[in-house]
Amino acid sequence: MSLLADPLVQRMLLVGLLVGAAAPIVGTYLVQRRMALLGDGIGHVALAGVAAGWLAGSAAGLAQRDALAVPGAVLFAVVGAVIIERMRARGAAADVVMAILFYGGIATGVLLIGAAGGSNANLLGYLFGSISSVGWVDVWITAALAIVIMGVGLGLRGALFAVTHDQEFARSTGLPVEVLNMIVAVLAAVTITVAMRVVGVLLVSALMILPVAIAQRLTASFSRTMYVAMGIGAALTLTGIWITLTQNLQPGALIVVLGVGAYVLVTLVVAARESIRR
Amino acid sequence: MPESREPDRVASPVLTARDVRVSLNGRPILHGVGIDVSPGEVVALMGGNGSGKSTLVRALVGAVPLAEGSVTLFDAPATASARARVGYVPQRMSAAGGVAATVDEVVRSGLLGHRRLRGPRDAHVRAKQALDLLGIEDLLWRDVSRLSGGQQQRVLVARALVRRPDLLILDEPMAGVDLHSQVAFAHALGHLKEKGVAVIIVLHELGALARHIDRSVVLEGGRVIHEGAPPEDLGVHAIPGHEHEHAHADPPPLARGDIVLEGPA
Repeated sequence: MSLLADPLVQRMLLVGLLVGAAAPIVGTYLVQRRMALLGDGIGHVALAGVAAGWLAGSAAGLAQRDALAVPGAVLFAVVGAVIIERMRARGAAADVVMAILFYGGIATGVLLIGAAGGSNANLLGYLFGSISSVGWVDVWITAALAIVIMGVGLGLRGALFAVTHDQEFARSTGLPVEVLNMIVAVLAAVTITVAMRVVGVLLVSALMILPVAIAQRLTASFSRTMYVAMGIGAALTLTGIWITLTQNLQPGALIVVLGVGAYVLVTLVVAARESIRR
Repeated sequence: MPESREPDRVASPVLTARDVRVSLNGRPILHGVGIDVSPGEVVALMGGNGSGKSTLVRALVGAVPLAEGSVTLFDAPATASARARVGYVPQRMSAAGGVAATVDEVVRSGLLGHRRLRGPRDAHVRAKQALDLLGIEDLLWRDVSRLSGGQQQRVLVARALVRRPDLLILDEPMAGVDLHSQVAFAHALGHLKEKGVAVIIVLHELGALARHIDRSVVLEGGRVIHEGAPPEDLGVHAIPGHEHEHAHADPPPLARGDIVLEGPA
């Protein structure tokens, strides 16, 4: 328990808790709309944003060359999310649009970071997360963004449910469908840049989707799925981070593997219970 | 009370559509369709696959834009606030989304709308009343994805009814629905009619609803080819068995001349 007295451990756990609880909120809406992979698409674009921020930082001669990496990621992710949403609204094949963003984002990221004089090691931190280097500023930024995600995602739950559940019906009722869709897309972008720190862009979507997939096995209600997923997300990130304090494992990857394991376990238990009932 | 379908139409119309033209993906679907509906009137919209029935109702509720023509609701332009008085049941095979949702959650989503991003305080009571009218109030806490097709369809009707609409528009609510659900829906339709609610309903056959239908409008190739008294009751055709015809969210390309108006018209 003496580990808890370490300020770095406190920061890691705090960021893990915030991200773990916030990510499944947006994840629930994405799964509801059957767009579970949207997070991956935006994540790859965010990587290009990281690299662009890095390049801008070096060009400006900043002491900390990656100071602009996170703002760059937020900017690119939001723009990417808006583009995906606009294309989707126009009836473009969403999977093709996302595929192009996947490749374009990651390739641009690799090229830009090379041009900025960064190394593969620098890139790895963003690809797979770098929770062990969070400072207090990171904690405050994460907390602020998590509050926005929770405030909007939970506060507008009824309207966002209506739009993601049946867009055509929602439009007939006079709900501002386009605005609400855009809110989901921008929330997804913000969530991704927040969660990037913990699990990295390659696994960021897992933190949004896995807790929802697990929660779905346990409840029959949309609201409860969201709340249970928030709890599962927080538990997964805290457990994963806690284990890596004593074991030499990569936290982001461990969190995701724990999540997949929990999903398999819960699925088996639920199936076994149902077969016993019959 | 005089029958509202008489031509004098004292009451102002609930819906008036004039010369409605709609193109989807550059392909013209509706070629100038007009339709009027009075309070308490039940109008059946009929025609073969690809005749434009679904596109017409989607245009009426504002789900697809008009290329030309006009739609007025309650004697005024079809603004967002006018749409608050309309209940719409889209053509769906299922009421389920990607995440589990209770019947209560789905029905309550019908209470939102223009400048109403949150439901009223009595949302739960209203959801129960709407389900009660359709005979499925006991399903309130069930996951919609676990219900039968007929039950899911009734949930979608309840989601429209919870709005307490003055105009109800339904796109093939009887498609692939069990007989029990059809009877429950016919009962609800009779009740709505008594209360003066106007109804536009897309149907393949009149079936269990025949006695409630005041008028039928038949479309073919995006035009009205017949309007007037409904064809006689074709009771036997109420039995489901045409699921394969309804398996498309959007109507397939024009299949001319296959209007399902069998028997004496």
